[in-house]
Amino acid sequence: MTELQKTTAAAAPGSAPSSDPFLSVRDLRIHFDTDDGLVRSVDGVSFDLHKGRTLGIVGESGSGKSVTSLGIMGLHRSKRARISGEIRLDGEDLITAGPDRVRQLRGRQMAMIFQDPLTAMHPYYTVGQQIVEAYRVHHPEANKKQARTRAIEMLDRVGIPQPDRRVDDYPHQFSGGMRQRAMIAMALVNDPSLLIADEPTTALDVTVQAQILDLIRDLQDEFGSAVIIITHDLGVVAELADDILVMYGGKCVERGPAETLFDAPEHPYTWGLLGSMPRLDRELQDRLVPVKGTPPSLINVPTGCAFHPRCPYAALTDGRSTGELPVLAEAAPGHFAACHLPADERHRIFAEEIAPRL
Amino acid sequence: MFAYIIRRIFAAVILLLVVSAVTFAIFFLLPRFAGETADQLAAQYIGKNPSPEAIAAVKQNLGLDQPLYAQYWNFLKGLVSGAEYKFGPEPATCHVPCFGYSFKNHLEVWPELSKRIPITVSLAAGAAVLWLVSGVATGVVSALKPRSIFDRISMGVALAGVSLPVFFTGALLLTLFSYEWPILDNLQYVDFTDNPLMWARNLILPWISLAFLYSALYARLTRAGMLETMSEDYIRTARAKGLVERKVVTRHGLRAALTPIVTIFGMDLGLLLGGALITEQVFSLQGVGQFAVQAISDNDLPKILGVTLLAAFFIVACNLVVDLLYALVDPRVRLS
Repeated sequence: MTELQKTTAAAAPGSAPSSDPFLSVRDLRIHFDTDDGLVRSVDGVSFDLHKGRTLGIVGESGSGKSVTSLGIMGLHRSKRARISGEIRLDGEDLITAGPDRVRQLRGRQMAMIFQDPLTAMHPYYTVGQQIVEAYRVHHPEANKKQARTRAIEMLDRVGIPQPDRRVDDYPHQFSGGMRQRAMIAMALVNDPSLLIADEPTTALDVTVQAQILDLIRDLQDEFGSAVIIITHDLGVVAELADDILVMYGGKCVERGPAETLFDAPEHPYTWGLLGSMPRLDRELQDRLVPVKGTPPSLINVPTGCAFHPRCPYAALTDGRSTGELPVLAEAAPGHFAACHLPADERHRIFAEEIAPRL
Repeated sequence: MFAYIIRRIFAAVILLLVVSAVTFAIFFLLPRFAGETADQLAAQYIGKNPSPEAIAAVKQNLGLDQPLYAQYWNFLKGLVSGAEYKFGPEPATCHVPCFGYSFKNHLEVWPELSKRIPITVSLAAGAAVLWLVSGVATGVVSALKPRSIFDRISMGVALAGVSLPVFFTGALLLTLFSYEWPILDNLQYVDFTDNPLMWARNLILPWISLAFLYSALYARLTRAGMLETMSEDYIRTARAKGLVERKVVTRHGLRAALTPIVTIFGMDLGLLLGGALITEQVFSLQGVGQFAVQAISDNDLPKILGVTLLAAFFIVACNLVVDLLYALVDPRVRLS
């Protein structure tokens, strides 16, 4: 499987530029040794990401999205975490690099925006102090005044009104949307080349969500950084992502350019996700259709295709889905899916049964 | 912030008034319910076989013939402006703050009591520094390496510390270091201003035995608090910034974990300042606690009242300081 993934991954997803990818992940596995057994949170994920491009990682809770991103950032500190594979940031392998080297890259080359900005910011320090701290870690030569000027500049850039006054406010004095803006300012203060946004809009209300997504897009255009958006909300990636990676049970089940993935999704799980997404641009449906069943255990992952217990079409694979691990295969140029259903069958089902209901 | 301070101070004063009223009621109202008359109370000031005239005179001079609310009012007045007593051959002035006269030795309560305060403060403050430093440090290191050998040993020692009373550890220390190997013998309280070195030398054993008890508690508290804060989201954010781990622990973790410690510390210190009864007893320190024990065994009401109020004052004052510190430590308190 590894071999096949490597060959397929060589053809980078999407219409990527010809240069080397800025971030290249190969066969990433992150397992946790627990008392209940080995948790395979991430089990062989590969992708490439170029500067200026946005990758959306989509999946249910527990599909391994956040574990992947924390793995890239080197934030799995538990001794029980076992990480293997390859994470190359600008050519440098982060898994074999020492923890101090990864720490130097953290916040400088790669930065992260977290889900809930209220809990992700320290309640006892002002917003300004926290941005200044982030700046001075990687700019020890800057004095306090320069760092403060930089913090105000960043707050202004992310659209905080009166930044020279709000810089001295504490996080609890900010509204939810402003807090997330401040988080973004803190993440971008060192001009990182890779920005990972882990569910950046989940804790916000809908109108603010749109503003934050706009902001991330604008900033990406301005700084030309590579962005990973992690979300369970396909609407968010539809807004932002160039490429989409769908994760299920710690594995990538489908990956491809955003347009083809939305227009011609190949994997039954992706169909399910699309069916459960509210659409304003379509006629009102009776009700949204959830994906039946519950996410798989990551300790006793179902044999064969991890999705088969929930897949309505598993019976059409002559039993392969229960016994054989599906591999990512190219279904269309740059578009990969890991499914045992024959391609013709898949396209027929999608056209006849799924598309009319979306 | 200013309004917050004013509000807190005002609340503290009200609280002290309530405490004084309740204490006064306990000592002067309850005996009446139990059938004690003003005559019997007055008789305690005189001695054996008092004459009715003498009793009447004392009753009048001390105001014991007045209704209780008036007596309470006079008591408060005495606290802030002093009082005049005319029952002796010469009129006696009870200076501010006047807690009244002792039944037994006919001396003003306050000068007797205030002499004891430096001893208790020395004992409490020294022990507090010891237990705060050792307890918090042990707790932090244990929390950073949970289930490590250091963690297991220090938490075991902490469990022993919480369980062992001062009259055991104190007596043990005395036996070892004053009798068995007399490194620290002849422990007499020496005032700090007289000889700081002797002051510390003679207090080190009481400090250690008192601090052992408390630092055990603080180590466990700090450990629990650190374990909790170190799993907070903002710690992950601090790491994501690329901060070195030492700064993540001190600036972000410990900073947040210390807040509840400050609260507990204020209460513990306030309680101790009102008299560390057992420690003072074990090490024969003439502190506020011993004063209280003596007053109670002598059934000396004015002294008991005085020492009770003093202890209440320390607790209220320490809590006031904690409240103010809290606003300094936690910015979220400031505005609410």
